[in-house]
Amino acid sequence: MPEPMGFFTDTSVCIGCKACEVACKAWNQLPARNGGKVTLSGVSYDNTVALSGIQWRHVKFIEQFSPDRSTGRWLMMSDVCKHCVQAACLEVCPTGAIIRTEFDTVVIQSDVCNGCRACIAACPFGVIEINPETNTAMKCTLCYDRMQAGMVPACAQACPTQSIQFGPISELRQRAQARLEQLQAQGVTQARLYGHDESILGGLNSFYLLLDEPEVYGLPSNPQLPSQKAAPASALSAAGAVALGLLGLAGLRKQRMDRLAAEERERRQQAPETEG
Amino acid sequence: MPDTFFTKSPHWGWWAVSEFFIAGIAGAAAAIAALLWLFGSRDDRFIARYGFAVATVGSALSGLLLTLDLKRPERFWHMLLFSKTLGPTFQKWWAPMADGAWALFLLGGFSFLTLVGSLADRGPLPSGLAFLARGVLGTVLAALAGIAGVFYAGYKGVLLSATNRPLWGDTPWLGILLLASGFAMASALLLLLTRDRSPAVSQWLRNLMAGSLALTLLVVVILAATLDADVRRLVLQNVYGVLLVVAVLLGTLVPLALAWRPRLLGRLTLPSAAVLVLVGGFLLRMAMLLSSEAA
Repeated sequence: MPEPMGFFTDTSVCIGCKACEVACKAWNQLPARNGGKVTLSGVSYDNTVALSGIQWRHVKFIEQFSPDRSTGRWLMMSDVCKHCVQAACLEVCPTGAIIRTEFDTVVIQSDVCNGCRACIAACPFGVIEINPETNTAMKCTLCYDRMQAGMVPACAQACPTQSIQFGPISELRQRAQARLEQLQAQGVTQARLYGHDESILGGLNSFYLLLDEPEVYGLPSNPQLPSQKAAPASALSAAGAVALGLLGLAGLRKQRMDRLAAEERERRQQAPETEG
Repeated sequence: MPDTFFTKSPHWGWWAVSEFFIAGIAGAAAAIAALLWLFGSRDDRFIARYGFAVATVGSALSGLLLTLDLKRPERFWHMLLFSKTLGPTFQKWWAPMADGAWALFLLGGFSFLTLVGSLADRGPLPSGLAFLARGVLGTVLAALAGIAGVFYAGYKGVLLSATNRPLWGDTPWLGILLLASGFAMASALLLLLTRDRSPAVSQWLRNLMAGSLALTLLVVVILAATLDADVRRLVLQNVYGVLLVVAVLLGTLVPLALAWRPRLLGRLTLPSAAVLVLVGGFLLRMAMLLSSEAA
């Protein structure tokens, strides 16, 4: 059994070149745009906008400027499926289309998915969407085919600044910790790791070094598994069913008692007549 | 910003709204029919038959709508069987949608069998099929239809809660809300279908409808009060919030008032209340589903 593999994305060295996006699209033969049209976002130099069924890597440009634009910075982050150790998408998929591989990564089998979209609603990171060409849910596979051949995923291979690092999770965690300590020693006190330990969904096999709060990067601070929410909802629903069932039974019992009482009254009325 | 706002919409739109509406009626109709069948008078079983008929037709429509809503409808059977092993998907019992698909299948199946048995028992179908509605088998089939029905009526809300979407994933109250509303809608529909044919059962259905409406109202209030303020502001302080208020007013409060004052509109009181309950149930589902979709 191979050891868990994944990505460590160091956002502090991302330059927003989007080479990872291009490499991902090239290797996975993903279309440039829905219907082939190339569009501009109109709000940013980031024209690919978000992760989607045809956009399995996405470099976020987070533009932070003061109102008078005298100061500002761009935060860059190459976003991707987190390949969660406790994966919400895998948990809710009814068809078994989403599987965990021998590398501890999470993959959607396109020949099994029927496009119910439960995984889209479950993913706490907004990673998955429908690919309009296959009409199935799609996302990063962590280049499962390349990994099986002992190759590095296309995005990590193409990254010119080593912002995207690929390797065994245990090794990546050590590298991430060392980098964090280096940055903090240099005075970058806002630097932090996200998803490197078990506190977030048992650990993310694609984890990050961030330079600000997770929310700034569009990452939830406390993502949850759907099953954690299903249990209380089911219990309340069951309580409601019991209450309504008892209401119905009580009504039927009253109905029967009323009928018996009416029959008894009728019998008593008839009895004197018979005696007379 | 709440964590649920970092997610993407599954685009469960009008097909889903319609399916949730029909599913609520079908599931609760089977549960009500089973109660009548198992614990009511034998003379009133013809009303239970209406309930099983509604459940049978409703579950067929539900299945059709669910299939149409799939991006790959030809793979609808992947919901029931794993396509690679052909094992039943309920083996993955922790996936709510797999449980729901099987509940729908069983709801339709058991309701259909009970309906066939009861129709054979009373005439229209060959009497050889009456065994489906008689004795232990009839009792078991009716009970299973009721259990599947009550599960399916509540499951829809649990399915929403078991997501990470705004509103849906922010409250555990959707299961009981859609269950109670489903019971109210099914009682209303059965009242419309069987009006005046059995005064005692009509009274029972009226009481059940009023009780379900009261529970619906209570749950809506609790849901609104316990919802995170940011979620409430971002999801419901818009047209969908207005829709929810209209659904509660029109589909819950007015019918409750009509149940309290049954002579208010003369002979039209009961049908008016029943129609309002059905309209309100649809609007409630619109508000709950589309508000999150728009967030």
